[in-house]
Amino acid sequence: MDLNYSAEEAAFRDEVRAWLQANLPRDLKEKVSAYAHLSKDDLMRWHRILADKGWVAPAWPAQWGGTGWSPVRRYIFEEELGYAGAPPLIPFGLAMCAPVLLRFGTEAQKKRFLPRIYRGDDFWCQGYSEPGSGSDLASLKTKAVREGDHYVVNGQKIWTTLAHYADWIFCLVRTDPGAERRQEGISFLLMDMKTPGITVRPLILLDGAHEVNEVFFDDVRVPLENLVYEEGKGWTVAKYLLGHERMNTGRIGESKRQLAKLKEYASSLKNDPRFRDRLSRVEVELMALEITNLRFLDRMRRTGQPPGADVSMLKIKGTEIQQALTELMMQAADPAAHDEFSAAIRKKYLSMRKTTIYAGSNEIQRNIIAKMTLGL
Amino acid sequence: MNFDYNEEQQLLADSVRRFLARDYDFEARRQIVASAEGYSPQAWATFAQMGLTGLPLPADCGGFGGGAIDLMGVMEAFGEALVVEPYLPVLMAARAIARSAQAKSILPAVIEGKTKLSFAHVEKGARYDLSRVKTTARKSGDAWLLRGEKAAVLGAPMADKLVVSARTGNGIELFLIPGQANTGYKTLDEMRAADIVLNGTKAEPLGGDLALVEEVTDLATALVCAEAVGAMKFACDTTLEYLKTRKQFGVPIGSFQALQHRMVDMCIAYEQARSMACLACSKIDSNEGPGDRARAVSAAKIKIADSARHISQESVQLHGGMGMSEELKVSHTFRRLTVIAGQFGDADYHLARFAAL
Repeated sequence: MDLNYSAEEAAFRDEVRAWLQANLPRDLKEKVSAYAHLSKDDLMRWHRILADKGWVAPAWPAQWGGTGWSPVRRYIFEEELGYAGAPPLIPFGLAMCAPVLLRFGTEAQKKRFLPRIYRGDDFWCQGYSEPGSGSDLASLKTKAVREGDHYVVNGQKIWTTLAHYADWIFCLVRTDPGAERRQEGISFLLMDMKTPGITVRPLILLDGAHEVNEVFFDDVRVPLENLVYEEGKGWTVAKYLLGHERMNTGRIGESKRQLAKLKEYASSLKNDPRFRDRLSRVEVELMALEITNLRFLDRMRRTGQPPGADVSMLKIKGTEIQQALTELMMQAADPAAHDEFSAAIRKKYLSMRKTTIYAGSNEIQRNIIAKMTLGL
Repeated sequence: MNFDYNEEQQLLADSVRRFLARDYDFEARRQIVASAEGYSPQAWATFAQMGLTGLPLPADCGGFGGGAIDLMGVMEAFGEALVVEPYLPVLMAARAIARSAQAKSILPAVIEGKTKLSFAHVEKGARYDLSRVKTTARKSGDAWLLRGEKAAVLGAPMADKLVVSARTGNGIELFLIPGQANTGYKTLDEMRAADIVLNGTKAEPLGGDLALVEEVTDLATALVCAEAVGAMKFACDTTLEYLKTRKQFGVPIGSFQALQHRMVDMCIAYEQARSMACLACSKIDSNEGPGDRARAVSAAKIKIADSARHISQESVQLHGGMGMSEELKVSHTFRRLTVIAGQFGDADYHLARFAAL
């Protein structure tokens, strides 16, 4: 047993860290640190800096721009991004649409979309949830009817993150309402957000921010060539993506940075045993999660098996820790202060409540573990 | 990075598990607990044959110079089987003696399994503060005489020799006294302990200091974390099995989501605890200094204490009435985990220590 990275892995981590130190723009780093709003330009500027370096899509095959890094190196890289305070890489194109196209797309689809995703030419969003279909995604109703060489799409998506920035959306739609199993009637469609009939309406969340949207489809004509994989096989595609979740779901690097910041920010409370103990318990939980994450990574490396329900555990613990950190940050703020940073901290607390709900609520994650790992 | 035991460690843990499955099952353990000795001389002899008594001791005394990770798999097996042998007190005392001039004269018999030791440090009222020692050692002529009282000394009733801490003009030092004829008492987790009264008891000086007591205690804490992981594993496994087999309302109770989610949380707590036991044991072995070691051990003990409480309480609750019955092993695992949560410092103590480091 050896909990440390190998000499090569440690050298790689140092290389990434040094590069980030030199290349992460100061103004972006400061915005992230101040919990400030990141504009589309901010997000895409950072995306392009990584693309120019050749590091924006490490997991892709080398021919499309992947780095050929081992899963451990990819994990190190992603954790270093979080630890350095880099703006997030929006996953919808890089980590969701692209893996789907690589696995199920035609050559033409790959050539058309992958280079643009890599360079950041297209901003993607994800059309899964609907007003009546949250955790029970397979009940979705947005329908696509084939008419000649097009699908005609009608319906509504909801909670669509950054749809107001997006050039493209990938959607799960119902192509066969009569299918025996409702999963079999679902297809995976790519749509240009400029297509007539698509309307994006902001949904303001409890922190007052505009991050998610409703997206309405009103007789939207989508060329048949934008179907991914076969008609009626959309659920297979969606399930593949679930199993493709990344091993940095726990966001250890990001939480380590938040913890360090919290310790600095809450220094006036360090002799308050009640606050101190709460802080220590979160720190211990984070130390444990980091090792748990490495154990899962090590197991994946040894067995060659995809992580499966392990990712659910990382999601549950990782998001609980993220929420606890923002809650303690808010508690540490002087209750009489209403400067910009104190206000941002409070809003961050409000915003982070989403983490245990999105990407499969933590209750759904527990269902997954109960079924897949425990056999209940 | 690698989280596997090496081949030797795995073989040892496997053979300990095989022995325990054959000779130390729940019924055998019940008889051992009920016996006058409160431990199994036969199991102890087997442990010695397997090399468990020698593993953590220096090679120049006949040991194997092993570390905490070498013992992790063994401790997990002890936790699963709820072994009541005085392994930790013997190990603590032996590691302290290993630093003394008497190491070569005392330890070979310990390694052979002929001599059992105990580590008498804690006193009433000191709680978990290792520096609170009132027992004194005074020199009278050529002899050292100890006065004071040591409390809840684990493994003392069966110990042939005791390592005792006492204050001299130089702070805390360690001494050796012969075993005390003391039947002691049964602890909450069915082990044996005794209070030791020292009324000018003649003692042999071993040297050592508070730092050595802390070092030995940190080692034992890391190992008890590994033992807890084994006990938690049993509690989780047996509870999961119960959820799958126990039927109410015509279905296995494991089909109820309220219970599924609680079972999942137990498993998550187990994985997190195991990670921290790995960290504690590896920091014991990596020798990066007492501060680093103490910080990792305290962090681990916080998590182990919290998880032990969570998992033991839930394992009883999910067993329903059966969980309260002393017929089921899970209720004895509950006792052991309850004691482990406080052994060598409870979560509150280690939270304070962790924050101070």
